[in-house]
This record gives sequence, structure tokens and C-alpha cells, in this order.
Amino acid sequence: MQGMGSILDVRDLRVAYRSSSGEPFRALDGVRFCLEPGEVLGVLGESGSGKSTLAVSLLGLFRENSVVADGTVLFRGKDLLKAEAKELRAIRGKNISLIFQEPSVALHPTMRVGQQVRRVLAAHGMDDRSELDRRTREVFETLFPEEAERIARSYAHQLSGGQRQRVLIAQAIACGPAVVVADEPTASLDPTTQMEILGVFRRLRKSLNLTMIFITHNPALLSGFADRVLILYAGGAVELGSAREVLVSPKHPYTQALFRAIPSLDEPRDAGKRNLPAIPPANISPSPQTGCPFEGRCPERMDICKSKNPGFVSLSATHLVTCFRYESQ
Amino acid sequence: MQPLLEVENLVKTYSRKKLSGPREEVRALDGVSFSIFRGNTMAIVGESGSGKSTLALGLAGLETSTSGTIRFEERDILRLGEKDLRTIRRKIQLIFQDPASSFNPRWKVLEIMTEPLALQGNLSRDEMRARAHAVLEQLGLSSAMEEKLSSELSGGQRQRLAIARALMLEPKLLILDEALSALDCSVQAQIANLLVELQSSRSMAYLFITHDIAMAAHLADEIAVMRKGRIVEQGAPDKILKQPQTEITRELLAAAPRFDSARPRVATS
Repeated sequence: MQGMGSILDVRDLRVAYRSSSGEPFRALDGVRFCLEPGEVLGVLGESGSGKSTLAVSLLGLFRENSVVADGTVLFRGKDLLKAEAKELRAIRGKNISLIFQEPSVALHPTMRVGQQVRRVLAAHGMDDRSELDRRTREVFETLFPEEAERIARSYAHQLSGGQRQRVLIAQAIACGPAVVVADEPTASLDPTTQMEILGVFRRLRKSLNLTMIFITHNPALLSGFADRVLILYAGGAVELGSAREVLVSPKHPYTQALFRAIPSLDEPRDAGKRNLPAIPPANISPSPQTGCPFEGRCPERMDICKSKNPGFVSLSATHLVTCFRYESQ
Repeated sequence: MQPLLEVENLVKTYSRKKLSGPREEVRALDGVSFSIFRGNTMAIVGESGSGKSTLALGLAGLETSTSGTIRFEERDILRLGEKDLRTIRRKIQLIFQDPASSFNPRWKVLEIMTEPLALQGNLSRDEMRARAHAVLEQLGLSSAMEEKLSSELSGGQRQRLAIARALMLEPKLLILDEALSALDCSVQAQIANLLVELQSSRSMAYLFITHDIAMAAHLADEIAVMRKGRIVEQGAPDKILKQPQTEITRELLAAAPRFDSARPRVATS
């Protein structure tokens, strides 16, 4: 299953930031997955799990010298980690595009949003005016079927949060990219708008056969949307499998503990039982060089977890987990 | 028993001037009434723009309400003088979604903690420090943290600090305006548990404002659903979840990210 026909093949990705003291800080530590055409991969991780680092790694958006990256990110066979700046610029936006979390920051305040989408097209070599007009209109009609023209003529501040997020999606799909990476695209929206934007992604998926990496800290957003789910913890991939496998029968103790901590709508608390089974707080000390990063908080830790790094264990053809619990099987 | 807080027919209007045309009046709160008893939790849920935050600001005295009454410990606080208000204000504390922006970035944790007491001005430095120690400890923040800047803390620690600071004045009512919304799931659970624990040890009342209806149902004794400045439905969490009476509640329930259908059945140890 690895690599064959994948659009994106990430192997053993390690990224460390150089801190001001010169000590490298590991943000990603051996992440691997591949992305098939038309697939939605959900990446689930909490703060500090490395999920945003993963997003920028896929587009080579590192600040010069601040980062040491290792491993491979193969896009259609080309390693993006070794690509020249010029090659990357041609790929970003056109082949792989990124949707950020904060639509109010990502849009220009004094340029009509239609113009901002047009500029993306122009930056990637479309220079015929009528062609630019046509494609811009087409993209707006996809995202705003009823009021495409009015929205395109608006400024960012005249739009609601949901509308702004749609404009960012318009920018991201304008060039017909092979892969869209969305980093917490609904985090700043209220739940009703969140669902509306998820609906937009669902629709685009069907109509454009979009291939997507959807990064979030909220597992609820992935159920019914992602095909496969990758769980990140402290920079490492701890579990990867089909959405069903990971969301319904998670195997890694971290994934299990995380899901238990979320209050349920269908099973409201019993009277008198008001404590959520929370995971104990993480230690602030940097994670140790050896051993499982979740060891200190893990309810099922064993002696070996401290001294050795767990490797990937296959539980099924698609379900991988990094935990010694499953190694003997 | 008298309620701790009794809100009656609260109205807040803003007037908005458009670039062209006449002034326009916006009723952010349009006759809101409810009450909270000591040691209880009332959750307010609703979409953005339903008036939830205006209500929080009005109750905390950070904005003047247009009309109506707010009775706290049986006194009408909208008609109190500045001096009486000061003694009441300390008993109502407000916690926002983004604690980072509510701390002075140049202050150390200890200064942040003691400021509310210093403003009240009737304790010595040592007494203030001692109380800060005790509260930080209760919230699981070590005393080693006292010398740190708030920017050096994690998101969960900062939200704990915001709660800790509010507790310094021993409030009777905590207003939590989306106080958990920006946190990771696992941290949300920790802070939610902390709130439950603090409520039983200090018998504080909470007004829990959120758009997370599942968390509201978990924490609250009663849920009020707001739309366009009005409370349109109110009741016990169980009733609201199982027999929603209004369209907006049904919409909110439908829009709540569902995780339950895929909820793992893991044995709780």
C-alpha cells in the first residue's frame, strides 16, 4: 500500500526548530503516511503535537535557517524537502495549497476579495484577462452559488467569518491543486458555521474530487468526513488507520484517553458523576530522547516504554499503532 | 431560598451609525430574565451574535445595561452607587476565552495574582502572597510558576491562572465566557473537572457561556438557549437534549459536532 499511486508520500519526517539558545527543539519526529488521490486524511493532534509544523513542512514553508528537516516528502515522486525555492513557489498554491485557520488575518483588508483570488491565478501564470475573469467568476460561483458577484466585490471586513473562510477556500482551489492542506480551517468559527464550512468541503470533495489533508484538534469534525485518520502526539505519529478503525476502536492509549475526555451529547452525565476522565497534564520538560513520548501520562505504561522507542505495529492492513502493548501480537 | 442572581427583563441597545443613512438601533439584549442559585451552574448557549457575551459584560458591570434589573444577593446592582458597587463587583468575576490577552505581558504570575487584592487594598504584601500560594496550589499550579511571565505558560496553565486570579477575591459568581473554547480536548476536560471541584469546595455559582452544547450539558444544572437577544428555551440539560422545544435548539443540537456515533466504547478503568 505504501507509495504506489500516492500523490504524497511522507516518510520518516523529522523537523527540529533551532531555538535562540541553539538547542534544537524537535517538533516532528518520524512521521509517515501516504495520501491517495481523492482521499481525505484527517490529522488529529493537540497543541504542541506538531500538526502545524506538518502543514508547513508539506509546502516547504520554513523560515530559512530556523529549521532542520530530515526524511522525505515526495509529491508525485519529487522530494519537496530538497526542492529549490523556485520550484517550491511553482508548486505552492498551484499543486499543493494551504488554508489557514484565521481568515481575518489571511485576507488583505483593502483589496476586494475577488481581486485576491484573481491574484493567485495571475501569480501562477494565467495572464489572459478574460480567462482570469472567467476563472475567478467560476471559483466564486462554486463557493457562493447564490451571491458570487456580490461577494467577489466585497472587502474582507464586510464578510462574516464563514464567508471569509469560503474566500480562503476559493483561493486554495483556484488553480485546481492536486492536494489541499487545511490547518484548523474551522477553529475560529462557531459550531453552526463550522458545520457549514465542513459541508462546503464535503461538496467540493464530490464535485472536484479534492484530495485533502484536514488538520484539527477536534475529533468530532473528522467523523463522517475523513477517510483515514492520523493521530499525532508530541511530534510523533502514534496511530494511523481508516477513520472507522481510529475513531471507533482506537488502540493507542493516548487516542483512547483523549476520546474518553470529551463529554458526550447522547450520553449525558449520570447524576453525581461529574468528573470527565481527563488525561493528567503533560510535563513541561522536553520529551526525553528515548522512550515513548506518552509514557509519563499513559495509564498502561510498562517498563519497556521508558527505555525504548516503540515502532509501528500493524494491527490490520491499514491500522498502524506505535505502542509496545501490541508488539507481542 | 432567594437566588444569588436574578436578572429581570434586561435590555441592552447599541446605536449604530452606518456610513450613509440614519442611526440604527440594535437590541443586543431584548428582555432577558433568569436566575441562578448559590452553588449552581447555568449555561447559556447560542450562536455568535445571539447576545451571550453582551449578557456577560452587562452582569460583570463592564457595560451599562439600557434597562431592566440585575439583583445580586438581593440588591439591585444597576441602581447602586459606585461605593456599594465595588464591594459587589469583587463577588462577580469574569473569565474570557483568551486568557493571554487579559494578562499584562510584563508581569510575573505572582503580580498578576495579587493585583486584584492590591486594588482592594486591605491586606499586607505577605498576606496577599500567602493567599496567592494557596490558590495556585489548589489549581495545580506549582509555586515555582510564580516567577514566570504569563507568556511562558501553556494554554491550559494560562486558563488556570485566569481562574486562579478570579478566585483571589473569593467570588460568589464566576462568569465563564467561552472559557474552555480555545483549549484542547484533554485540557478542556482538566479545566472542567477543576471547575466542578472548585464549585463544591467553595459553593460558587457559575454562568457558563458557550457554544459547546455538550460541555454545557455536562457542567450545568440548567441550560438557557439564546437567540437574537432573547432566551427562547430554558430547562434541565436532559430535557433540552432530549426534547428540544424550539427550532434554534434543534439546530444547535444538529450542528454540534457529533462524535458520539463513532464514540469508542473503551472500558473505563
